Amino acid sequence: MTGPALTSGALPRDLHPIAWWTWAIGLATAASLTTNPLLLLLLMGSATVVVMARRSGHPFGRSFRLYALLAAVTVVVRVGFRIVFGGQEIGRVLLDLPEIPLPDWAAGVRLLGPVTSEALLAGLYDGLRLAAVILCVGAANSLANPKRLLASVPPALYEIGTALVVAVTIFPQLADSARRVRAAQALRGGTTTGVGRLRRFLVPVLEDALERSLSLAAGMDTRGYGRSGGATTRERRLTGSLLLLALTGICVGTYAWLDPTAPRVLALPMLGAGGVVAVVGLVSAGRRVQRTRYRPDPWRAGEVVAVVTGLAVAALGWYVAHTQVVVAYPGVDVAPYLSPLALVVGILGTVPAVATPVPASAVVRREVAA
Amino acid sequence: MIEHGTPRLGVIDLRDIGFRYDEHEVLRHVDLTLEEGELVLVSGRTGVGKSTLLGVVTGLVPRFTGGVLSGDVLLDGASIVDQPPRERAHLVGYVGQDPLAGFVADTVEEELAYGMEQVGIAPETMRRRVEETLDLLGIADLRSRDLRTLSGGQQQRVAIGSVLTMHPRVLVLDEPTSALDPTAAEDVLATLTRLVHDLGLTVLLAEHRLERVLPFADRICLVTGDGSIRVDTPHRILTDSPIAPPLVELGRLAGWDPLPLTVRDARRQARSLPALAAPSPKRLPAADPLVLARGVSVVHGHHVAVREVDLTLSAGRVTTLMGRNGSGKSSLIWALQGTGRRRSGTVDVAGDDPADLAPAERRTHVGLVPQTAADLLYLETVAEECAAADAGAEAASGTCRGLLDRLAPGIDEASHPRDLSEGQRLALALSIVLSARPPVVLLDEPTRGLDYAGKGELARIVADLAAEGRAIMLATHDVEFAAHVADEVVVMADGEVVSSGPPRRVLAESPSFAPQVTKVLGAPWLVVEEVAAALGEARA
Repeated sequence: MTGPALTSGALPRDLHPIAWWTWAIGLATAASLTTNPLLLLLLMGSATVVVMARRSGHPFGRSFRLYALLAAVTVVVRVGFRIVFGGQEIGRVLLDLPEIPLPDWAAGVRLLGPVTSEALLAGLYDGLRLAAVILCVGAANSLANPKRLLASVPPALYEIGTALVVAVTIFPQLADSARRVRAAQALRGGTTTGVGRLRRFLVPVLEDALERSLSLAAGMDTRGYGRSGGATTRERRLTGSLLLLALTGICVGTYAWLDPTAPRVLALPMLGAGGVVAVVGLVSAGRRVQRTRYRPDPWRAGEVVAVVTGLAVAALGWYVAHTQVVVAYPGVDVAPYLSPLALVVGILGTVPAVATPVPASAVVRREVAA
Repeated sequence: MIEHGTPRLGVIDLRDIGFRYDEHEVLRHVDLTLEEGELVLVSGRTGVGKSTLLGVVTGLVPRFTGGVLSGDVLLDGASIVDQPPRERAHLVGYVGQDPLAGFVADTVEEELAYGMEQVGIAPETMRRRVEETLDLLGIADLRSRDLRTLSGGQQQRVAIGSVLTMHPRVLVLDEPTSALDPTAAEDVLATLTRLVHDLGLTVLLAEHRLERVLPFADRICLVTGDGSIRVDTPHRILTDSPIAPPLVELGRLAGWDPLPLTVRDARRQARSLPALAAPSPKRLPAADPLVLARGVSVVHGHHVAVREVDLTLSAGRVTTLMGRNGSGKSSLIWALQGTGRRRSGTVDVAGDDPADLAPAERRTHVGLVPQTAADLLYLETVAEECAAADAGAEAASGTCRGLLDRLAPGIDEASHPRDLSEGQRLALALSIVLSARPPVVLLDEPTRGLDYAGKGELARIVADLAAEGRAIMLATHDVEFAAHVADEVVVMADGEVVSSGPPRRVLAESPSFAPQVTKVLGAPWLVVEEVAAALGEARA
């Protein structure tokens, strides 16, 4: 083993996926509330530090690099757009590109033209903000297996959760089958253009997908997926009508909330009532489920640390954005700086890197590598 | 434990089962009783209704297939015919042909627990049973592995384990070893036998490679094809069964009674054979090399799939490529065809490197039938497929149909390619590939899903093509088939060629690749036909 010996601290185990997602969403919230590049870089740094320290040994654990790449591309594209479509007229001109004249119907759109440092910086800040949010989502993905997240939905929604898990699994298989068919179709001559080609490619892939789905459905059915359990017709009807009622309430409530002309009594109160009924419905639906869970993820101190850290970062970020506007949204003409509180927001996110247990799967991975 | 029924009843009773699609009657008045702790082998030609019979027990027929089912299915004396498969899950376990297609979870441990979660077994019990099952199947070291990274044999054992955790009364398996190499198949079957002996599990198993399963079967249920079944001990069924493994054919030929079911039995009885003149090795005339491959390496990511392989394929010769799953057979075949990217080495087909040619040119140099022949097909009728193949290969119209009629006569041109039998579909794909008149033909696992008759047909086709001066190479796990068709055998392991040469040397040398006749009679013998010829001479 190459890692530190496990002589002290918590035993290695995988943290509850919801804890990681809460933490990541907290960081993403803080990132979306600022354009200060220093703060954004700090947030991205904290997310990266935690991923490096605590990512799981599952294939998903390796996905972080992809997200980092995506984030970098976002920044580049954002800045590139500012150059291509021009920006503010005013400011220090860095590069005087000729403007390409456009026809009248494209009025309001400008192609090229002088590039100012202000426009570039605005693009950079904006891109960094998006990149930080992307990186936070990537961090959550590589820290917690998304499938385990789907599997920890309440029992009443279990069937939907499984359907989603299966859909996630099917995608790599579909890519695999597409590659196979493409290679196979090159082995015979014939139409290689237009609709004919599409048909040659699609028919075998779809047939394959359909066949796979059927055999998966058969496999799941023979293993007891969707057993009705001991629910009586009356219980089932009660659950059904509760959920329907909840859905109606939430729909009406949302509509009234967004439409200022609707009576206020239909807004938040209705939304709240809908939510309450939904919870009751889910509990009632969950009670008739006789399914059990194998080794469910426990909720312990490590999870609390991650969640509290995420919430604290989000809350402090919000506080900074509302009380220290100059720090949170620096102008493009002055150098950005950090207040002590903003510094805390940027660094606080790293706490789970040391305060949570090492994932069990990462330990296995290190032993294999050693 | 579930209460046992009266002694007369078996675990599973099929009573007067009938099943039909529209006019086509698959099963008629079928009665079958499975006793506790026995392994019943379902055998019969492809398409006679073996899978249907298994589906009746699991409940997948008619729910997943359509059709009309009549009669009754009793489990421990209680009728379960109206219960869908999910309500039978804790009583009847089902493992299909392709384990990967049925996996729901990511890791071995979660997959083993999945069924128990559905049935609602208490968490402590689940934990205990998962551990027991991991040990029982010898897969404890794989517990946290990703299912997709396992080998075929390991996947199949996990699939069996995942239904065993529910402690079913009956285990139903549909061709569990069809995709496996001989050693992995033996592993899976040994596991099954242990379950039957130790746990008293009742096993119903369909398999067309009888030579693999026969030593383990208590009874055979022969699906005859006219809708009825015959159930009896293996000895009695095999005396006149239309399908028989080489061992039984040898026994019938020599007039042994009882028929040998294991190599051990046969060896004992073989002492009674008269002294036979050893078959003279086939003298192969020198032939032109059509494919010259030197130092071919193929790399997928960080994995070296093929490492510096030298290979020569000559006109008129049939080469079989063998080796365990994942030993690099497919990668080598695709690299020879030119589509698969080579890392290094040279391939020379009639003076050209296929990798440098355009796809259309490539097809006239090397023909390849991929593992799933259906990937090649995309039209609604056989006639359309043939016409498209002619047009694509710029051959005279009717070329492909002519080839097809030679390879597999009597296919209705209006039928849908998916409705063809496995063997017919393979013949269609092969005809399409041959329309471009390639001098070299490569086949990737063509014997998959073929029964004895289908393999006999394929052997004839391959011999015909070779007789026309083509160079043929086929990858297969089927030793008996290889013993019949091969002029040369190449065995790969871990991307390298470990042995190559005439089958009499290569196959007989290796304990896992030796055909049954070699196992019984020793080195120079390969197939029953040779013994028949020698016996004829000795008796004359």
